[in-house]
Amino acid sequence: MSLSSRLRRALPRPTRRRVVSGSVVLVLVAALVGWAVWPDRPGWTSADEQITVKTGPAGAESVDLDARLYLPRDRSGKVPAVLLAHGFGGTKDSVSDNAEELADRGYAVLTWTAQGFGRSGGQIHLDSPDYEVRDAQGLLDWLAARPEIQLDATGDPRVAVVGGSYGGALALLLAGQDARVDTIVPSITWNDLTKVFLQQSADTTATGVFKKGWAGLYFGNGAASLLPDQPVQKNEDPACGRFAADVCAAYLSLATTGTADQATLDLLRKSSPATVLSKIKAPTLLIQGEVDTLFPLSEADANAKGIAATGTPVRVAWFTGGHDGGAGPQTDQDRVKYLTVQWLDHYLKGEGDAPSDSFTYSRVAGFSALDRGLVTNGYSTEAYPSLSGTGSTQVSLEGSAQPIANPPNGNPAALSSLPGTGGRLSELLGGVAADIPGQYATFESTPVTGAIEVAGAPSIQLRAASPTGEATVFVKLYDVDESGAETLSAGLVAPVRLTGLPTSIEQAQPVTVTLPAIVRRIDSGHTVRIVVATSDQAFLTPAKPVTYTVAAGSTLTLPTVVGTPIANPQTVWRWVLGGLLVVIALGLAVVLLVRRGLRRRRHDEVIEEYAETPLVVRELRKAYADGFVAVEEVSFTVQRGQVVGLLGPNGAGKTTTLRVLMGLTMPTGGDALVFGHRLMPGAPILSRVGALVEGPGFLPHLSGYENLRAYWRASGRPEADAHFDEALRIAGLGDSVHRKTKKYSHGMRQRLAIAQAMLGLPELLVLDEPTDGLDPPQIAEMRRVLKRYATDGRAVLVSSHLLAEVEQTCTHAVVVNKGRIVASGPVDDIVGESPSVQIEVSDVPAASAVLASLGVKSVLPDGPSGLIVDMNGTPRSEVVASLVRAGVDVDRVVPRRRLEDAFLALVGDNSRGSGDR
Amino acid sequence: MSAVTGYRPSATLPIWAEVRRQASRRRTQLALGFMVLLPIIILVAFEFGGGNDDDGNGGGAFGSLVDLATSGGLNFALFCLAVSAGFLLVVVVALFCGDPVASEASWGSLRYLLAIPVPRVRLLAVKLVVALGYSLVALLTLASTGLLIGTLRYGWHPLGSTVAAAIPPGQGLLRLLGIVAYLAIIMLVVAGLAFLLSVLTDAALGAVGGAVLLWILSSILDQITALGSVRNLLPTHYSDAWLGLLSTPPQVDDLVKGAIAAICYATLFWSLAFWRFTRKDITS
Repeated sequence: MSLSSRLRRALPRPTRRRVVSGSVVLVLVAALVGWAVWPDRPGWTSADEQITVKTGPAGAESVDLDARLYLPRDRSGKVPAVLLAHGFGGTKDSVSDNAEELADRGYAVLTWTAQGFGRSGGQIHLDSPDYEVRDAQGLLDWLAARPEIQLDATGDPRVAVVGGSYGGALALLLAGQDARVDTIVPSITWNDLTKVFLQQSADTTATGVFKKGWAGLYFGNGAASLLPDQPVQKNEDPACGRFAADVCAAYLSLATTGTADQATLDLLRKSSPATVLSKIKAPTLLIQGEVDTLFPLSEADANAKGIAATGTPVRVAWFTGGHDGGAGPQTDQDRVKYLTVQWLDHYLKGEGDAPSDSFTYSRVAGFSALDRGLVTNGYSTEAYPSLSGTGSTQVSLEGSAQPIANPPNGNPAALSSLPGTGGRLSELLGGVAADIPGQYATFESTPVTGAIEVAGAPSIQLRAASPTGEATVFVKLYDVDESGAETLSAGLVAPVRLTGLPTSIEQAQPVTVTLPAIVRRIDSGHTVRIVVATSDQAFLTPAKPVTYTVAAGSTLTLPTVVGTPIANPQTVWRWVLGGLLVVIALGLAVVLLVRRGLRRRRHDEVIEEYAETPLVVRELRKAYADGFVAVEEVSFTVQRGQVVGLLGPNGAGKTTTLRVLMGLTMPTGGDALVFGHRLMPGAPILSRVGALVEGPGFLPHLSGYENLRAYWRASGRPEADAHFDEALRIAGLGDSVHRKTKKYSHGMRQRLAIAQAMLGLPELLVLDEPTDGLDPPQIAEMRRVLKRYATDGRAVLVSSHLLAEVEQTCTHAVVVNKGRIVASGPVDDIVGESPSVQIEVSDVPAASAVLASLGVKSVLPDGPSGLIVDMNGTPRSEVVASLVRAGVDVDRVVPRRRLEDAFLALVGDNSRGSGDR
Repeated sequence: MSAVTGYRPSATLPIWAEVRRQASRRRTQLALGFMVLLPIIILVAFEFGGGNDDDGNGGGAFGSLVDLATSGGLNFALFCLAVSAGFLLVVVVALFCGDPVASEASWGSLRYLLAIPVPRVRLLAVKLVVALGYSLVALLTLASTGLLIGTLRYGWHPLGSTVAAAIPPGQGLLRLLGIVAYLAIIMLVVAGLAFLLSVLTDAALGAVGGAVLLWILSSILDQITALGSVRNLLPTHYSDAWLGLLSTPPQVDDLVKGAIAAICYATLFWSLAFWRFTRKDITS
């Protein structure tokens, strides 16, 4: 078979119905994809604004702020506003996503680029109350003048301030300076810049350790205004960039010495919300990151305590992210977004109940297996437990006093975090941490016996001795698993700077070191390791080499919080899965019940009139989907004891008729009844029919015998009913019956197929071209078999395109051509002698004359030397005698038969079947 | 009396008869045999392959499983499953599910089964159940062979993973069973697709190849991030979600979504197959 015809077989024929349904499916799929990727029409409009505000200590300077106002598209009346502030180094564009979301929720959102950044004028004053905060007050005035904005009083807009980091501090400072602010949502921001950049984790008054990594990064960010596409400011100092001179000077001094003079301290203090907390009356939602070495959880803790002290509502939430961790996993982002919206809806719009006081946080559960991102679980407690937890666990540490060396100029230095890489959470948690040998001391616990759910700031006693009287060390808490892999939670370290130390460890007084707050589950069997190191790349350490001696106290206090897990919204899919299974099971049950009912009704119907007739075919018609009519109208009956021949040329519709009889094809019209039951696919009555249609079909890898067994097993009937021996005798394959059928010749397969059709001795045997491929003795044997088969009240229907075959085998014949019955009746009736003979003579004209004189009915020429003569009762002997007498040689006289007449007259010269029409 | 004595529609084509029909076929024996052979080949490769050449597997969640494969029987079995899940299992399942109806049609034996008569729904149901059974046996054979020879060679150790702490052996065995179960569910899509094609065509190879082809096509589309959320609807989108069972605690959200997708697709394909088969004219 050629490839193209194979393809044609494999592919469905393109009928009108298929084309239509195919196009419909295609259009639906295209529509679905289109719908999925079609951009939504935003629910807001936005306009860029250039807002000029008064700034400076006296309010005498003017500065242009590059701003953008988002307004909800479908607003009814005036709407409350949100002042959305960006982080350090950003512009109004950095918060556009947030702004759009809030505008979608029905708020007017004003974003602006803080002075000293982007296209706004002015200089960076680090959220100074005289500059950036005053700018924001000017924006409040501007908002109050807008007709779209809801007002609390004249000049007092209904407004919230939302922002992260630099913007978060602005929210706090503005709320402390301007009572018009109705609520604030500051996130990942600071409380006191002096403590942030000079971090001190021990309870001592000594100045802390300079956080050079982050400070340098931020200073670089602010100085980076000399970008090609930004307007160059006049009088710009390359050392300071767009930083205000006082800020620049403070940085340069701090970064050089590592200690702060009073002017620097004052400047940093001024930019710290810590100074205004008691004045904040706006309800505050504080969101702080657990993976944040710049503004650790302790900053938010201080803010929360300060604001709550005056009775202002404060709510705290932690998420797994921050300046090191980025926005965090999706679940955390969703939670923070939900909390923010809930907060604003209540305190700004006045919608919804007051948010509860509950505290929510998240803990890393592992990596996402698919995208390698972090997966966190959310937890909640009824109230904010601060950094000391709701409980605590003491862990004993072992380890004696150890000497550790401070490297000159802090090089090489241990690595704990990578400031500014932002969002590389998995690396931080996977452990970039590395300590330098000789520079650290370890104090380790025994494996913990039960899991410890740490949430808060652990604390430990530390003693140190130094020949210089001063020591700068970094205390870290590692979680060490059974295999020895250590993890520094979120890369957080506790910098400690001690002064007035003795030179000998014996005389050293213990100080309490509070480690950065972490959220971590220390699993059972893990150990806790406290490392005291002399250097860290993120901090400025003394330049001179010196060797300290350090000893940790024997008790580490771990604050614990046991939170209630927040239901993961994803669990809804589990219910969906369960529901889906139930629906499928129910659907299956319904379909099966309905089918069973239909089936019973259909198959139990019996037409009594034909209950004893093996086969009645009534006005059968079959038209295929492409319009081809294989059977126009066929009716015939097969009675018990008959061997009926279905005779017709190839393509006359014989096989299609037989297919209907096997329940393979549904007729388009009419029906076929077997013992009064209508035949349809799977009708039980088919069990009384044995069939061979369109050649044998066997499993090629099984032997003939195994094929018969497999066939019978599939019938599910008792083995004794099969009459294998009889069937095998009919097949007559001898030992070949045990060979694989793929090695059989065509004739062997044919005989095996007839044997298979006879298995169980069915009452009606239907055979399509049974003698195909058999040799003459086998054909003769087959005739005997079929005749004998029909004797015990059984019936046989044989189809053939060979006249002789039907004539010799059948008791009755049905002649079909082009899908219609041409003739039918007992073979004897239609095979009886016909009144015509075929004569071959030497001289056709002479013979014709002689015959005409004899008074025959008609004489027709048949080939060059033949004549067909309708005798009209004249005996054949007389015709021959007359011809011979007249001197015409008679070569042959052949009596013609009715069936042949009928067959040839209708099928005749034109042996093409209906299939060729 | 409508049917002949001894004939009951529900007794035709017994499951066991279909099991034997398929068991005697060479491709069944070869496919199952290969499931035994593959872990052995991998083991031999690990033993004689020299090991430490870092070519290929440039990271990724999957590549790291290679490093752990020799750390214990559980990890070895996991590795065998991981390397097979993408293609080999797909082919084997497509073979078992795409072949049975189409091959009967191409041999011409389908019409004789239907003339017994085996009700069409029953014929399809039995073929489907047996095909799924063979697919499951293949999957279990692969996993258990891997576990057995891996344990014999590398010992009974915790199930290591690069995304979380090692999982103790008892728990690890459960996780491995979970992974096998999830793979079985995901493969239902292939089974459904192959079975549908098997009903639509008489060419067994076309059904098997078509199912594998569409699976690969879906995998490729899933790699194109520009398609955005449409990818979530692809049957292969969650095919690697079983990796979530290696983390502690197990991340089952994606598994649940994958299972929902697989069951939806399989139900759709099977429904279409039954709908088509009970209506079509058998012309082979």
